[in-house]
Amino acid sequence: MNQQPAIAPSSSRAAAQSHFRTLRPGTPFQPRIDALARTNDWYNWAGYRAPHSLWDEELEYFAIRSQAALFDISPMTKYRVEGPDAEAFLNRVTLRDVTKLRPGRVHYTAWCDDGGFVLDDGTLFRLSPTRFRLCSQERHLPWLLDSAIGLDVAVEEETEAVAGLALQGPTAFAVLRDARFAGVERLRLFDIAEFPHDGDTVIISRTGFTGDLGYELFVPAEHALSLWDRLMLGGELRGIRAIGYTALNRARLEAGLIVANADFTTSGHAVRPNRLRMPDEIGLGFMIDLEKGHFNGRRAIVSARAKKRLRHVLVGLEIEGNIPAEHAMVYYRKSQEVGLVSAAMWSPMAKRNIAIASLARPFGDTIVDDLWVEIYAMRELQYQKLMKRAKVVPRPFIKLDRRTANPPADF
Amino acid sequence: MKSWDAIVIGGGHNGLVNACYLQRAGLDVLVVEKNGWVGGAATSRELTPGFLYSNCSYVCSLFRPEIMRDLELPRFGLQVISYEGGAVFTRDGDYLANYRDHDAHRREFARFSRRDAEAYDRYARDVTRQCRFIQPLLMRTAPDPTSFRPRDLGELLYLGKKFAGLSAEEMALTLRFWTMSISDFLDEYFETDVIKANFALSGIIGTALGPMSPGTAYVLLHHYMGEVDGSVGAWGYARGGMGAVTKALAASFQASGGTIRTGAEVDHVTIRRGKARGVVLAGGEEIHGKLVVSNADVKRTFLKLVEEKELPDIFLRRVRNFRIRGSSGKVNIALDSLPEFPALPKDSPVYRGDMHFTDSMERMERAYDDWKAARWSADPFLDMVIPTTLDPTMAPSGKHFMSCFVQYAPPKVNGGDWTDADRDGFAESVIAQISDYSPGFRDRIVHMEVRTPREIEAEVGLTEGNIFQGELTFDQLLFNRPVPGYAQYRSPVAGLYMCGSSTHPGGGVMGAPGRNAAAEILSDLAKPTKHMSPAHDVI
Repeated sequence: MNQQPAIAPSSSRAAAQSHFRTLRPGTPFQPRIDALARTNDWYNWAGYRAPHSLWDEELEYFAIRSQAALFDISPMTKYRVEGPDAEAFLNRVTLRDVTKLRPGRVHYTAWCDDGGFVLDDGTLFRLSPTRFRLCSQERHLPWLLDSAIGLDVAVEEETEAVAGLALQGPTAFAVLRDARFAGVERLRLFDIAEFPHDGDTVIISRTGFTGDLGYELFVPAEHALSLWDRLMLGGELRGIRAIGYTALNRARLEAGLIVANADFTTSGHAVRPNRLRMPDEIGLGFMIDLEKGHFNGRRAIVSARAKKRLRHVLVGLEIEGNIPAEHAMVYYRKSQEVGLVSAAMWSPMAKRNIAIASLARPFGDTIVDDLWVEIYAMRELQYQKLMKRAKVVPRPFIKLDRRTANPPADF
Repeated sequence: MKSWDAIVIGGGHNGLVNACYLQRAGLDVLVVEKNGWVGGAATSRELTPGFLYSNCSYVCSLFRPEIMRDLELPRFGLQVISYEGGAVFTRDGDYLANYRDHDAHRREFARFSRRDAEAYDRYARDVTRQCRFIQPLLMRTAPDPTSFRPRDLGELLYLGKKFAGLSAEEMALTLRFWTMSISDFLDEYFETDVIKANFALSGIIGTALGPMSPGTAYVLLHHYMGEVDGSVGAWGYARGGMGAVTKALAASFQASGGTIRTGAEVDHVTIRRGKARGVVLAGGEEIHGKLVVSNADVKRTFLKLVEEKELPDIFLRRVRNFRIRGSSGKVNIALDSLPEFPALPKDSPVYRGDMHFTDSMERMERAYDDWKAARWSADPFLDMVIPTTLDPTMAPSGKHFMSCFVQYAPPKVNGGDWTDADRDGFAESVIAQISDYSPGFRDRIVHMEVRTPREIEAEVGLTEGNIFQGELTFDQLLFNRPVPGYAQYRSPVAGLYMCGSSTHPGGGVMGAPGRNAAAEILSDLAKPTKHMSPAHDVI
């Protein structure tokens, strides 16, 4: 009557059953990070245990700006895209023109759903004419696979298989050179190259999320620890320090970079329709290439532009005073609510009080005067309410020559 | 002779919710219940010494928190313990679990399909969007679209505005959601059979439809609108069994001065000059009341308790055609030890959640085929829980109570009434299925209660044993529930109201029908409703 379940040993699936015992697994670098984690200050990054800080978030920030900071980016979602149609496929999925991305180069890009709303932003690495790596905050496998229908391309999620590190700061180049990555000095901004490591290969790109001189390194997970040790040894005299996300988040804000689901809500998660954002509404309009033919969301974007239905704009703000305006409301003439600050800080590099905010057009777009932020600063269980003048300023908030200098400086 | 302000027929959770609100508004309310205990389909019964059985409903989520607060149910002993997940066992000796943790959930799905693991977020987003649209409607009386009363127009406008507030894509999805089969709906997100079967069960539960029948997608939505103490979508066990819900309601009702008479079966509603005047009990005793509220389902109320001549033809015809088909049964089991499932690691939280064995859409649909042929499913769909893994009050230490919801069970077997032999055969289909996955299961059984639609109808009073007092398909929802023109808890008989799950928004131990009916009654009596919390905000 009933189907008898097979007594046969279960498939390879069974081996993965035990994940329920470790809800926040570590990354391939975890043994090294755990050894340095004096604050035990963890957060959940895409299902992994990741450090907010390791020993002192202030000093970790200064490690980015005056030394070399090592940050584990393994939890970032990574897709391997390979095949004769890989370029055509990515041209269809993402906003920028992928035919202009040469092998050995990286670009920052974003992609939209059919409504033209941003699904995510991320970096696209062209490792060869037919092989790419797409890195993102969120997970998109069904979307990517659906977009690949009819194209000769394979898309595979490789987040766990590939470990990643960001090495950022003025001495980053010197660290790599001292760690004997021969030829790394030839990497210009957004270049990629492969280097031998531990009988395998590490891919190094001159990229980062800090606005500083820096590199990102990707290595098969099984060689992660030896890569970490190699960098730490190479950087011993260059002030290399491991850091957590709080420090990185400050650096990225100074660099004017946005974070998905912090500065905008991704279309994959927004349950309220008015939270959806088109690229033009979050400062990513520059990526849209209408010359390249069809891409996901193109029609909706063209129509919204033509009908002037872009309702929001993302801007950089400089706010008077020194009190961070985190999640403050933005007002026009101190009375009309026109937007919200999504990230804010006192910038040690710019010596200014900076913020990223989303405003309802025309505010921030054609009306940029007489904008104010209302800061609710909690001090010993009382809100100190401050109404401060805000000025729309271009991003990035800081521009460091060492980021782009060639050859990179030996600090 | 005493005349009560209101007589509530049936001491189920909705009858008690209704009675509580009326009593707290200052009315003198009597609840009459045919059984020797209150609870209806939310009961805990000691059917064998030491074991409490949640012998009808068995898990809690949809009960409205506004009602819990208004009626002070925590003070009267109600506590709901949320559970940790669940699983579908697969025939290859593995299982697919549902975990509360978002990333564990994804990793578990990735064991079967990386693609489907990453599709879950979009699925959850779309279901959440739909819930946000429907949820505020649960605690409102559905508008009558044929009426031009200002209130109905206002409510229609509210509905229209909410609908207009959706994006074009969402509107399309809403209409699809209300009409699609759960199978077609899941196909838009997932490609792995066991993952679809895992989600589909919420679409067929309590419904005489298969996963491939149109209309089942909404049933799934109905089951997503719950929470346990603010944890949205969570399900839990009422400590002490589901009877704890009605026990707390009864205590709240009595504390506010209400009266309950058990063992008092109503024979009929007395109607004079078109108005309800009270009830006559099975023994012939007449009880007078200024108004009568029926917690019984719409068929039982109007086809058994009210004389046909009192009702308009079209109303009667619609009541007769109201779909309240028997589709499920219950097997409640006392166990002398915790069953083992070799597929499941011993420390798995799945033991504390809901377990299922139907691992493909086809198996689920085949189970329904048996129902259509007027047989119980040879390979039934089970929703099985062991509440004693989290609630030590329901069984002696080390022993367990297991509740098995079983689908499909037809109202009649091959055209005839259920016999005791049929009932045994039905039970065997369940025990055989569990034993396939849990060796030695039979030896652990201390006592067993088997309830086919026959037993559920006879004891609880639910027509054909239908757990929702009428199917939750879109033709029987909102202003069409239970029948068009009578969706506002009133009936063709003046002074006779309905408050059971046959009315909007339906079943699932929500309490909302009982509460909404009380609001209408108090409005007719021009009594204040300040003691009734408005629906919680959905922002």
